[in-house]
Amino acid sequence: MNNYLRRKITDKLMRALTVFCAIFVLLPLISIFVYVISKGITSINIDFFTQLPKPAGEPGGGMANAIIGSLILTGMASLWAIPAGVLGGVYLSEFSTNKLGTLIRFSADVLSGVPSIVIGIFAYSVWVRPMKSFSALSGAFALGIIMIPTIMRTTEEAIRMVPHDLREASLALGINRFKTTIRIILKTAMPGTITGVMLSIARIFGETAPLLFTAFGNRFWHQGMTQPIAALPLQIFVYAISPFEDWQRQAWAGALVLIGLTFVISLTSRLVTKRKI
Amino acid sequence: MKRSKLTDFIFQKVSAVFALSAVAFAILILFIITKEAFPAIKNFGFPFLFNTRWDPVKENFGALTFIWGTIVSSLLALIIAVPISLGTAIYLSELAPSKIRQPLSFLIELLAAIPSVIYGLWGIFVLVPLLRETIQPFFAKYFGFLPFFQGDIYGVGMMAAGIILSIMIIPTIASVSRDIFMAVPHSQREAALALGATRWETIKLAVLKFSKNGVMGAVILGLGRALGETMAVTMLIGNRPEISLSLFAPAATMSSVIANEFTEATSDLYVSTLMEIGLILFGLTLFLNIIARFLVWSTTNKASFGK
Amino acid sequence: MKNTIITNNLNAYFGKTHAVKDINMKIGERVATAIIGPSGCGKSTFIRCLNRMHEVIPGTSVRGDVLLDGKNIYDGDVDPIELRQKVGMVFQKPTPFPTLSIYENVSVGLKLNGINKKSYLDEIVEESLKKAALWDEVKDKLKASGMSLSGGQQQRLCIARALAVKPEVILFDEPCSALDPISTTKIEELIQQLKQNYTIVIVTHNMQQAARVSDWTAFFLLGELIEFGKTQEIFTNPKDKRTEAYITGRFG
Repeated sequence: MNNYLRRKITDKLMRALTVFCAIFVLLPLISIFVYVISKGITSINIDFFTQLPKPAGEPGGGMANAIIGSLILTGMASLWAIPAGVLGGVYLSEFSTNKLGTLIRFSADVLSGVPSIVIGIFAYSVWVRPMKSFSALSGAFALGIIMIPTIMRTTEEAIRMVPHDLREASLALGINRFKTTIRIILKTAMPGTITGVMLSIARIFGETAPLLFTAFGNRFWHQGMTQPIAALPLQIFVYAISPFEDWQRQAWAGALVLIGLTFVISLTSRLVTKRKI
Repeated sequence: MKRSKLTDFIFQKVSAVFALSAVAFAILILFIITKEAFPAIKNFGFPFLFNTRWDPVKENFGALTFIWGTIVSSLLALIIAVPISLGTAIYLSELAPSKIRQPLSFLIELLAAIPSVIYGLWGIFVLVPLLRETIQPFFAKYFGFLPFFQGDIYGVGMMAAGIILSIMIIPTIASVSRDIFMAVPHSQREAALALGATRWETIKLAVLKFSKNGVMGAVILGLGRALGETMAVTMLIGNRPEISLSLFAPAATMSSVIANEFTEATSDLYVSTLMEIGLILFGLTLFLNIIARFLVWSTTNKASFGK
Repeated sequence: MKNTIITNNLNAYFGKTHAVKDINMKIGERVATAIIGPSGCGKSTFIRCLNRMHEVIPGTSVRGDVLLDGKNIYDGDVDPIELRQKVGMVFQKPTPFPTLSIYENVSVGLKLNGINKKSYLDEIVEESLKKAALWDEVKDKLKASGMSLSGGQQQRLCIARALAVKPEVILFDEPCSALDPISTTKIEELIQQLKQNYTIVIVTHNMQQAARVSDWTAFFLLGELIEFGKTQEIFTNPKDKRTEAYITGRFG
């Protein structure tokens, strides 16, 4: 009987412990939200969205250029990485032989595990140094490399969900492979593909490390693709570690905008596909 | 007819090129960084890994302090994150009522979506003051006899980095483990319950034992993320290349030294040395990722036997 | 004859679905009682109510009484954990724990109860495996994984595992449906032997099997108990037309 009681108590205790763990996980999440929202809202103003940063130590100014810079960087990275990732995913599910497919999948997994700072120094070596300048293009290049594996694998998975009959029905009608894939299969697999694309966009939008040695940051408005460009996460980083109170305040405002935009992107993908992230 | 065949042919080749770009990038990154690191490798040789000096002026470079910083901060993160993640994953897959399960999973995914720089910001202004004023004095007072809790208290340092990393890897470990637990055939749980096992005994007997390898994989996947994480750690670890047993002491990691010093590196050898540190980091994460994926894959495959 | 289990107006639900309706049955001690009926008739749900396994599925509920030796197992002071050691269960598919050895699979129930004495465990493991007619086949590889056995052997291992905790009743939920004919015969022979010491309830969709192994047979249809009687009478002289239709193969 003693033993029986011990078992019951262990059971209750361990079950309570798992609940405790789950609550514990939520604490930092709640704290981060409370701080980002409360500090962010009190720091945000019109200037923040319309002004350039002021020189070090001077109060005022905003992050308008960084917000635009981030949008440009994300847009350009998407421009090359989305077609590459989606087509790569199509190839994996539709054409690849077993061995080649395994190699490509393995490489994609390796690529998605490469620390983003390593991607940064890679992009620096192959782009920034030969061109002798930090640039928006090199930043978009680095971010794109991060996007590709996610998009490729989610596209592949989404296409695999498309029933085989559909493919055969279309091919049997005499529609060629290209049209079948684009019009029928990709269209059916669209929700899953969009989820992957949105997730990768949400991720690179907040990436900082690969931009340190590529996009580099800029205090001024966008000056062309071959020039350094400002980015929101970079600006938050610089302001957060600065000794100036006004910059620190703006870092919180930047964090609110960044987290807001990131979540909007992830939530939209959730709504579009009605699937869990 | 001929034209459409040609389109098909081109389409297949073009998509093949893009798919192969993943392979190309993986190889290219390894190749380029090795090439860039080569002058440093040639100059310092094997002892580079065990040298604790970091003197940019005399160009006497060693990686050990950074390897130490990376490994210790990541292990600290694991010590904190693993029990909490597994507890959460067990709660999610085995015990939570379905009304709680969905929203809780969603919140944990949100935690994973927060950009690293925001963790760093929160760390600087919330976590570090908390550590400096409350938590670290507490440890110093009651556990100060241990070498881990001695020395000056700055707030920033190894402990701050370990904690922030643990928060960042909890979603990975928790959600992968949850998926692995859910892949355990239901019949295993029923068999344990029918034997008169309590809920917890059922979890231990049917679920945890069954998913040991997969959970190991989830943990290593988390470790891989912790090792490569840059921004939050750079903002919180204090960036002082020293080896200290104390968790209060500032330190530096492989990624933080690259982030901090790469644009300031004046000589070619300095840049090449940082590249070599990047190469070591890449090698380490690559190695862990391969093991982790193999482990996760082997359990999810095993799970299909009872279905 | 003494009755081990008596159900009074037993009802079981999945959410709003009424799966088992007002069952009144008296299950005799140390005999084998078969439950037959077409799939979806509630026969599995019914026996899962006898060891309170029905309630482990979220959203389910039970109404009515199940008396085990005169005590209602749905009373508040009955713990399902203890109950399930008295009323063991063998499932449709063999469910050995894949990470445990053959020895550990059999002894695991005792270990849960805090029994760790090696000599006693050895004794019970041997006794249970012998009762399950598996001892001769595995006595030289008790350390091997339970998964190394064939399907039929795995099922007998699960029977040994249930026997080790010394139950009074053993419930079989279609124990042979995943097995080949030779393994099936072995399990049937085993059940014949076990009923001398244990009360057996077996759910089966195989009428020949019910006729071969059971003393009593109950016919279920759409959650209701249509007919319950001596096996021989049910199969030779059914009183209800629906029973007759079923056993002569006209539906299900």
